[in-house]
Amino acid sequence: MAEILVLVDHVDGEVKKVTLELLTLANRLGEAAAVWAGPGYEGAKDKLGEYGAGKVYVAADEELTSYVVAPKAALLAQLVAERSPGAVLVAATGEGKEVAGRLAVKTGSGVLTDVVDVAEGFVAEHSIFGGGIIAHARVKTGTPIIAVRPNSVAPEASPVTPAEEQVSVTLSDTDKGAKIVERVVQEKGERPDLTEAAIVVSGGRGVGGAENFKIIEGLADSLGAAVGASRAATDAGWYPHSFQVGQTGKTVSPQLYIAVGISGAIQHRAGMQTSKTIVAINKDPEAPIFELVDYGVVGDLFQVAPQLTEEITKRK
Amino acid sequence: MNIVVLVKQVPDTESPRKLKSDDSTLDRAAADGVINELDEYAIEEALRIKEAHGGEVTVLTMGPAKATDAIRKSLAMGADKGVHLVDDGLAGSDALQTSYAIQQALGRTGFDLVVLGAESTDARTGVLAAMLAERLGVPQVSLANKVEIDGTSIKAQRQTDYGFDRVEASLPAVVSVVEKINDPRYPSFKLIMAAKKKPVETLGLSDAGIDASQVGLANAATEVVDFAEAPPRAKGEIVTNEGDGGVKIAEFLASKKFV
Repeated sequence: MAEILVLVDHVDGEVKKVTLELLTLANRLGEAAAVWAGPGYEGAKDKLGEYGAGKVYVAADEELTSYVVAPKAALLAQLVAERSPGAVLVAATGEGKEVAGRLAVKTGSGVLTDVVDVAEGFVAEHSIFGGGIIAHARVKTGTPIIAVRPNSVAPEASPVTPAEEQVSVTLSDTDKGAKIVERVVQEKGERPDLTEAAIVVSGGRGVGGAENFKIIEGLADSLGAAVGASRAATDAGWYPHSFQVGQTGKTVSPQLYIAVGISGAIQHRAGMQTSKTIVAINKDPEAPIFELVDYGVVGDLFQVAPQLTEEITKRK
Repeated sequence: MNIVVLVKQVPDTESPRKLKSDDSTLDRAAADGVINELDEYAIEEALRIKEAHGGEVTVLTMGPAKATDAIRKSLAMGADKGVHLVDDGLAGSDALQTSYAIQQALGRTGFDLVVLGAESTDARTGVLAAMLAERLGVPQVSLANKVEIDGTSIKAQRQTDYGFDRVEASLPAVVSVVEKINDPRYPSFKLIMAAKKKPVETLGLSDAGIDASQVGLANAATEVVDFAEAPPRAKGEIVTNEGDGGVKIAEFLASKKFV
């Protein structure tokens, strides 16, 4: 079985859930081999082993995470040349897709992004045009480079003791073109990351103002969910842009998506249509969001949402 | 400063978007073509940089004949001139090939700064800025929600999942922008009229020095195997709130074991 390289997505050593999903997928396609870039591996090795990373390539040099994207692509390109893996998997995050892009140029390989599943023969499934079309695609040239959307695969524990191999990469001047001089972590409190959360509660135009987002946050917290917002809400300045779900914002694919006061324009649907279960609260019975829902309530969100929060809290 | 903005004509997200059954490429006839939304933010940022530092803004697009509309829209916003890379041999090119073709066209225009939207609303690959920076061997200043130019140095805020990174690089560079960066201006009537007189140069494969065997559907590094309309979601249950809507949702969530 060929090795399947998985670029570990981590922030200062904390492994993101999508990496565990990619390891699970990689072991279905071949033998998962994690690729670690930057400091902090020691604290993460148990987690990678727990989810089936039979091998880990560790490139611990701090320089790998001190510049924008290019060093990670250089590391992967070196491993592709030396190890001839069956495929390379990365997370379809903004940065993951960029790593995939540079790696594709370096190795002359085809790249598939925003993939929701990968089958035998590295045939990748995409959900395109806002979820309206399911397309399958494959790489014809080079090593398949595949960026997989977070929350597309259920991570499965499959404990192994990883064989570790230290890797050193010589970075060129162009790899060091854009220097990261500071990382600014914005306060997000105790809530999970929007793209990784199992449950997302989003508010839209119907929420009516920044202060009313407390209702959305309260409901989210009762479920341990992330908070999202429609473009109408972020454009109005009621909630930060980085929480926008939609065509020009984040794409989420949680187990449960609750849309509160969101009409469900294509702009929004493109970012959440692949959610497994969808619930909506909206006062307009004609709102297009109701075409997507598993359960919908036509009613006043200011009455329904707090009641839902209270009921969930009661049932805990 | 020579600023080149990359724009793309995409199918309007409000109209039905389809793939063609014969070659699985985008059915451009099925939907109205509009300029990709994030490209307007790229044009706006380029215009602001020009207004602060001087220079010229060129818009470059690759696409079929009707993609000229995207150039005209950019010129109406205030860009100075357009370059349209158009050739039947380019049809069906994938991201890897597109980045090559644009690299070649940039060889014709030259640049101090290439600015583009971080993602298009049709293919949504989000790879072009990274691919171009790699090919051109210049710094990648991507996913920027703030950009400052000072002489030949550039400082930017790169949007991340946890917040942002402060990034520094020197020109020439490739910059991709996210929505938060600015508010694009609306073209004024005067600018719309003036745009009609602005020069638009057309480049074919040989004009841009593009090797025909490196582009086009037949030479792509990826291929669509098949596609189908997504099965419609099973019709859900919709109830009207009679004072117990919240309780009813909680019951539904409990039946699905979410609570």
